[in-house]
Amino acid sequence: MSDRITAKNITDNEFFYGHKACAGCGGSLAVRMALKVLGERTFIALPAGCMSAVGFNFPQLCFSNNAIISTFAGTGSIITGIEAGARALGLKDYHVLGMAGDGGTADIGIQALSGAIDRNDRVIYICYDNEAYMNTGIQKSGLTPFGAKTTTTPAGKHIHGNVKNKKNMFEIVAAHGIPYAATASIAYMDDFIEKVRKASQVDGPSYIHVIAPCPTGWGIPADRTIEAAKEMVDCGLWYLAEYYDDEFHLNRDPNEFTSVSDYLKSQGRFKHLSDEDIALIEQGRDKKWEKIRAWN
Amino acid sequence: MGKVKFISGDDAFAEGIRLARPQVVSAYPITPQTIVVERLSDMVEDQSLKSEFIHVESEHSALSCAIGASSVGARAFTATSSQGLLYMAEGLPYAAGGRFPIVMMNANRATALPWNIYGDQRDSVSQLDCGWIQVYVEDAQESLDMALMSYYIAEHPSVRVPVMVNLDGFVLTHTYEAVDIPEAKLADEFLPPYVSDNKMDLENPKNMAFSVGPADNQEFHLLHHKAMLRVADVVNEADTRFQSIFGRSHGGMVEGYRTEDAEYVLITVGSITGLAREVVDELRSQGVRAGVLKLRFLRPFPSQQIAEALVNSIEQGSAEVGSVVQAVGTLEKDISFGYEGTIYTNVNSALIKEDVHVPSYNFIGGLGGRDISKEDIRKCFSHMIGKEKDKIVWIGLGVEDDVR
Repeated sequence: MSDRITAKNITDNEFFYGHKACAGCGGSLAVRMALKVLGERTFIALPAGCMSAVGFNFPQLCFSNNAIISTFAGTGSIITGIEAGARALGLKDYHVLGMAGDGGTADIGIQALSGAIDRNDRVIYICYDNEAYMNTGIQKSGLTPFGAKTTTTPAGKHIHGNVKNKKNMFEIVAAHGIPYAATASIAYMDDFIEKVRKASQVDGPSYIHVIAPCPTGWGIPADRTIEAAKEMVDCGLWYLAEYYDDEFHLNRDPNEFTSVSDYLKSQGRFKHLSDEDIALIEQGRDKKWEKIRAWN
Repeated sequence: MGKVKFISGDDAFAEGIRLARPQVVSAYPITPQTIVVERLSDMVEDQSLKSEFIHVESEHSALSCAIGASSVGARAFTATSSQGLLYMAEGLPYAAGGRFPIVMMNANRATALPWNIYGDQRDSVSQLDCGWIQVYVEDAQESLDMALMSYYIAEHPSVRVPVMVNLDGFVLTHTYEAVDIPEAKLADEFLPPYVSDNKMDLENPKNMAFSVGPADNQEFHLLHHKAMLRVADVVNEADTRFQSIFGRSHGGMVEGYRTEDAEYVLITVGSITGLAREVVDELRSQGVRAGVLKLRFLRPFPSQQIAEALVNSIEQGSAEVGSVVQAVGTLEKDISFGYEGTIYTNVNSALIKEDVHVPSYNFIGGLGGRDISKEDIRKCFSHMIGKEKDKIVWIGLGVEDDVR
């Protein structure tokens, strides 16, 4: 525990700096902090998506470590190639990190991610989840939650936004028998940082799924990003957990949840939800917690 | 000097790759390329090839992985065919635009629908615009030799563009021939290790594969295009160097056969060339001045070399200048639906640009593995000799082409 990274001893060096992300962007904070933990000897690959769109505009290239845009579907396979090439060339003391959004991870990139875990490559994969395709302007992804309004799941008289629940990426990844996987939230930064540090020490693949709100897509003010990420955990619609040694571990088990209704109603994307819709979401949360509490 | 083995085109290509020592191999099996992947895994297992063999889960990942490996400065190899080539198509301009000198073997195979595993060239011809160098080999020996030579061309400091080496499905990939396998020591002498600064480097970090807006985008493509225009010289350099070390040559961008004084020239690509040469010999014995011009490369397209081959026959002929070549025919296993064979389109453009004005015919055949017979090739020549009206002709059809 002595090598734990905290707000006091984390590096002042910036590796993702001068980019064009929107004010209050959760995804860019996740990238910035992950790189502070992993350091300058990190190869990072990011697919098409917000982070590559805001960070790699020639001649304004915003990573001071080695960085590359991957094919959209190929984050999992380009990090395999980087790692294999680095190993073949005899490079020492480095990390290979893939960071993709929810679409790049749970939808178009899930095949390559599955392949990378299956190959047991020594790579770290972080999914920054903002719950829709934000780069193209807020369309539904496989990780958009039930009820959320996006530009492809409009909220009208007949359909109240997205009719499906989020894919369970954490457990899909764990089902591969991965050495280390975790969920996180940018509001619980010390927890996220510690999980990145743990992932960096795994001799094999590791996966972290971090919730990173997008003010534009969620319909919240730019200064409420962290609060929204915190409320999502505190009201029980997200949870902090790990998977290692073939077992799940729940990291945070609150005695009492904050209000789901308050969480939803503070965001433009959920404004249209009826009391029945909210009740349904609460029931889903309770069912989920029954299951995950049994992990401990 | 080397060892002679009786092996298939796929086997020969794998032997060439063993000699080229790629540091990362990532490929997904697909008929008729599969043997290459199997042989390379055997070679990694018996440690005669010291390479990271990556079990990718798709062709898209095969090429993404090769791009990743190349982006840190490793020599990378992949191989595919047909649907696989199309599935990885997103990565083709990506690898080329990033100037990653990857070598890929493509077993030329028909594309679905209808499903068909046999050979034609519609897969690679559909990707002519993706920015890769495309070479088409004729036999198993050339397969092995081009595996080695392609890295020399791709990695050459004045090129730095990936190379796709095409082998006709089954006719080449699965046909056994006696192949000379050079000594590893000589291969090392021919092909130096890959050294480049177009890579991510722990001591000198880089951002790669970035976005370039309208202000600079076109210039990046111009640089890529200029590099392609230098390929013909590098091919000659590679071939000369190859010959001095191995005593074997495969020529430059094109290879003519009895074209010096030919009146009728058939342009071919790939393994059909051997049969066309036989027909030319027969026709010559009957007094017809026939010739074959094999295009070894389709990208960059050998416009000038085609014109030179035809103009030579004009100048060396006994008749007045311009009257010797009576007609040119392009025989190809491809059709761009609603138009003509794409190689024919390219040939015609070359002829116009180079001021060679002769009747030009297109012979479409061999689709989905349909056999092209000697009789079919004789008919191509008689069509040219007869100065027939139809410029685009499907050969070897099982039905009458009565659709107008």
